[in-house]
Amino acid sequence: MSNNLLTVAYIAASVLFILSLGGLSNPETARRGNLYGIAGMVVALGATALSDQVSGYGVLIVSMAPAIWIGGLIATRAAMTSMPQLVGLLNGFGGLAAVLVGYASFLHPDASLQGIDFTIHKVEVFVGVFIGSITFIGSLIACGKLQGVVSSKAVLLPARHVLNIGMLGAVIGLGYYYMTVSESMALLPLGIMTTIAALLGVTLVIAIGGADMPVVISILNSYSGWGAAAAGFMLNNDLLIITGALVGSSGLILSYIMCKAMNRSFANVLLGGFGNTHYQGATVEGEATPVTVEETVALLNDANSVIIVPGYGMAVAQAQHAVAQITELLRDRGKQVRFGIHPVAGRLPGHMNVLLAEANVPYDVVLEMDEINDDFPATDVVLVIGANDTVNPSALEDPHSPMAGMPVLEVWKSQNTIVLKRSLSAGYAGVANPLFYKQNTSMLFGDARANVTAILAQLSQKDAVESQPATAMAAAK
Amino acid sequence: MTVAIAPDSASELDAQPSMRIGIPKEIAQGERRVAATPETAQKLQKLGFEVWVEADAGAAASFPDAAYKAAGCQVMHDVVELWNQSDIVLKVRAPLWHPGINQNETDLLRPGGKLVSFMWPAQNPELLEKLSQKGATAIAMDAVPRLTRAQKLDALSSMANLAGYRAVIEAANQFGRGFTGQITAAGKIPPCKVLVIGAGVAGLAAIGTARGLGAIVRAFDTRPSVKEQVQSLGAEFLELHFADEDGESAGGYAKVMSPAFIAAEMALFAQQATEVDIIITTALIPGKTAPRLVTQEMVEAMRPGSVVVDMAAEQGGNCELTRPHEIYDHDGVKIVGLTDLVSRMANQASQLYGTNLYHLLNELGGAENYHLDLENDVLRQATVVLEGDVIWPAPPLEKPPTPQPTSPQTATPVPTVTGNKPPSLWMQLLWPGLIGMALFGIGAFAPESFISHFTVFVMAIFLGWKVIWDVTPALHTPLMSVTNAISGIIIIGGMLQISGPLTSTVTVLGAIAIFVSTLNISGGFFVTQRMLNMFHK
Repeated sequence: MSNNLLTVAYIAASVLFILSLGGLSNPETARRGNLYGIAGMVVALGATALSDQVSGYGVLIVSMAPAIWIGGLIATRAAMTSMPQLVGLLNGFGGLAAVLVGYASFLHPDASLQGIDFTIHKVEVFVGVFIGSITFIGSLIACGKLQGVVSSKAVLLPARHVLNIGMLGAVIGLGYYYMTVSESMALLPLGIMTTIAALLGVTLVIAIGGADMPVVISILNSYSGWGAAAAGFMLNNDLLIITGALVGSSGLILSYIMCKAMNRSFANVLLGGFGNTHYQGATVEGEATPVTVEETVALLNDANSVIIVPGYGMAVAQAQHAVAQITELLRDRGKQVRFGIHPVAGRLPGHMNVLLAEANVPYDVVLEMDEINDDFPATDVVLVIGANDTVNPSALEDPHSPMAGMPVLEVWKSQNTIVLKRSLSAGYAGVANPLFYKQNTSMLFGDARANVTAILAQLSQKDAVESQPATAMAAAK
Repeated sequence: MTVAIAPDSASELDAQPSMRIGIPKEIAQGERRVAATPETAQKLQKLGFEVWVEADAGAAASFPDAAYKAAGCQVMHDVVELWNQSDIVLKVRAPLWHPGINQNETDLLRPGGKLVSFMWPAQNPELLEKLSQKGATAIAMDAVPRLTRAQKLDALSSMANLAGYRAVIEAANQFGRGFTGQITAAGKIPPCKVLVIGAGVAGLAAIGTARGLGAIVRAFDTRPSVKEQVQSLGAEFLELHFADEDGESAGGYAKVMSPAFIAAEMALFAQQATEVDIIITTALIPGKTAPRLVTQEMVEAMRPGSVVVDMAAEQGGNCELTRPHEIYDHDGVKIVGLTDLVSRMANQASQLYGTNLYHLLNELGGAENYHLDLENDVLRQATVVLEGDVIWPAPPLEKPPTPQPTSPQTATPVPTVTGNKPPSLWMQLLWPGLIGMALFGIGAFAPESFISHFTVFVMAIFLGWKVIWDVTPALHTPLMSVTNAISGIIIIGGMLQISGPLTSTVTVLGAIAIFVSTLNISGGFFVTQRMLNMFHK
């Protein structure tokens, strides 16, 4: 295959990748988008395999075929709730590949590279390996945290900022040494740098708590894109550059969107988050009103409009299927049931949407925070299932709160809010939630799945429920 | 109010009740309320109590004995037995001389027994003395502090709310005209003007009721903090433009004001008396006789046919002319000194009071874990006699925290807080400057081939930036996994490295790179497809 053909194939692949991302703008075109992506990948790999530069087909097939099978197997077996870990893990593989490609390219540079070209190539190798190594280890740690293998708490090492800056300084120093020593000696600084980068991946990610993982994963995803772009530069390959840039900017945008949803800066999330402020929050006084499943069902029966606000707790409790059935039941009775999703709910951007989709909730009743926030005052009942910080009114009411200014779902403006939660404890941000003590808020304590299932069971026997007396609490209010 | 009873719930109780609650019939004259309704009795049983009710206890409040029986209560005819056999006696009014058996109710209480009712300990020191001699434990519902946490057992508030409503109804009954204004073919009817003095729970309820009937309502209170609440109900808030004196004491109740303030206040009322048709006074200062606010002159200045309802009649009255328990005519102005306003709504009042008591017993831990915890502010304040020791008055609470704003009217204005300060000029110039320098560096030193790659790189970033913004947030997870799959394109780097000898390090490294990036690619695409297949309308 001639070089021109290869270039054209790469252009086609790039276009397909762009179409693929464009297709995701709408759930209806999203599947086609994914197929574009697959097609782009096939074109790119096919053209590369047929090009003059590749002849080791045996190695290619042996290393590719089992990986396709294993990858497919992992992807079809993984539970939807463990999607964040899976994406993190796969991302780590991309980082590892970038490291390996960097080393291979260092050991076997293109002979035609001379002078400044060669220098640039060396820089690219160094940068590519650095990014790849951080991505690989960082992703593994993030994956471990999400899976619960590594403690999901933020582990704050003493003097970690000094430590991190020190390591970064060491990497730059090694880079200078690597550029100046003779070719045979350069492998040593490269190797040390790889280890330091891996350590940096550990210390950076381990300091970030579980709920901030979405930002971390999407930033790591972005890194793996930049890693691919760096590889493109070192291999003189435009396809890698384009794709890397696409992926890199996509990851950055997602991170940006999520940081904005938490009203925090990148630096704030990446350098340790909420734990730094040492703010205890205005002590919230008052008493939460507990409510029983029966009373919840009675409220739901009387309601015309219901909004369900899910959070990570729903994913943990695996309650999405029962929630979906409740939704279906209430919708069949002519009630308006919708979902309000906060941008950072869950452990991955869009995590709640995926879980609800898995449970067969139609996507047109699942709304974003901005779409639904104005509708709360006209809503009869809001069910908050396993969400906490994303419905915390102190973000708007208490200017001293560490969450101040973070946009939240204003559930307390509805007629009745029922919070399904184990206890009154604070959420990830460590800020007590005054929502629990508001007069129109009731707490349904206990395991989310058990309670949601009980609600479902009682809703199904509607007639039995309706003959129950109106509760005294309702009369008192 | 319908009282539907599910008889099955009583049978749910398998365990033997460890404590018995007695509900005697109220003996105070004109008292129709009862301390437990069939519905609250059922809730008490769910806390593990056995409930005994005196025969006819709820009759005046339209709760027949049959309803109590159906709710699983035992109906007792012998009042002495009932008092004697009960661990806890729940009542509405403080114990009185029982005319039927010629004994004081306090003497009926078993030694060491527990009594919960309104007690007015400040006015009734001899009652506390008697209870103490009995070795009794007594909880006064009127001593429950006004904390946000205690709202659900605050019987004063729940009763005051009903009384405020009833005060307007009684006023309307005595008032010979309609409340609402009308323009008819036969001429214009002006709306009635109502002045409510004291905008506490009762005052606010009265304001709301009078507004609902169509009257023009004005309200006065020494506490400026209630202004918004008054206005939110559609009434005009009368203000004294007076050197900011706040009449709110620790605890949310009114306190005694300075003489100069009172003089200004009286002048205001005198002027209002000539204008309004109905005055409803609700001014009470805890533990003190009610302040005199409406003088004889003011009443005489009112138009004939006007009405004064004095809700403080029992505590001495806000109006000089009030005769407690009576309605009479003073020079054409009706003066209503009824003290049983709440009792005139006995059914609902009993239900609310019963629920307050239920919450109190819940706070005490129910039957199984019954424990009067004096560390608990609410219980400490409400307990007046503990096992024979008079422990009233309780040490004052610290100024309670302001309750969370609960209605839009009282919500504090929300400050707009954002973390984004406008960046300084220096910062605004920093990035363009850095980028400019970087571009200059690349342009000056980098070779031609790098420039062309660099062009592609920058364009691709912009393209990606534009495309990604269109992605709907619901699809962010699939977006992540598909970009993740696409980032496996690094595989090409591996493929370009495997064409050397099989055993060379480069080939091995390339092969491993291919393996892991293929995992990334195939896993990423498969899982994306799987997720997308689930999205449906």
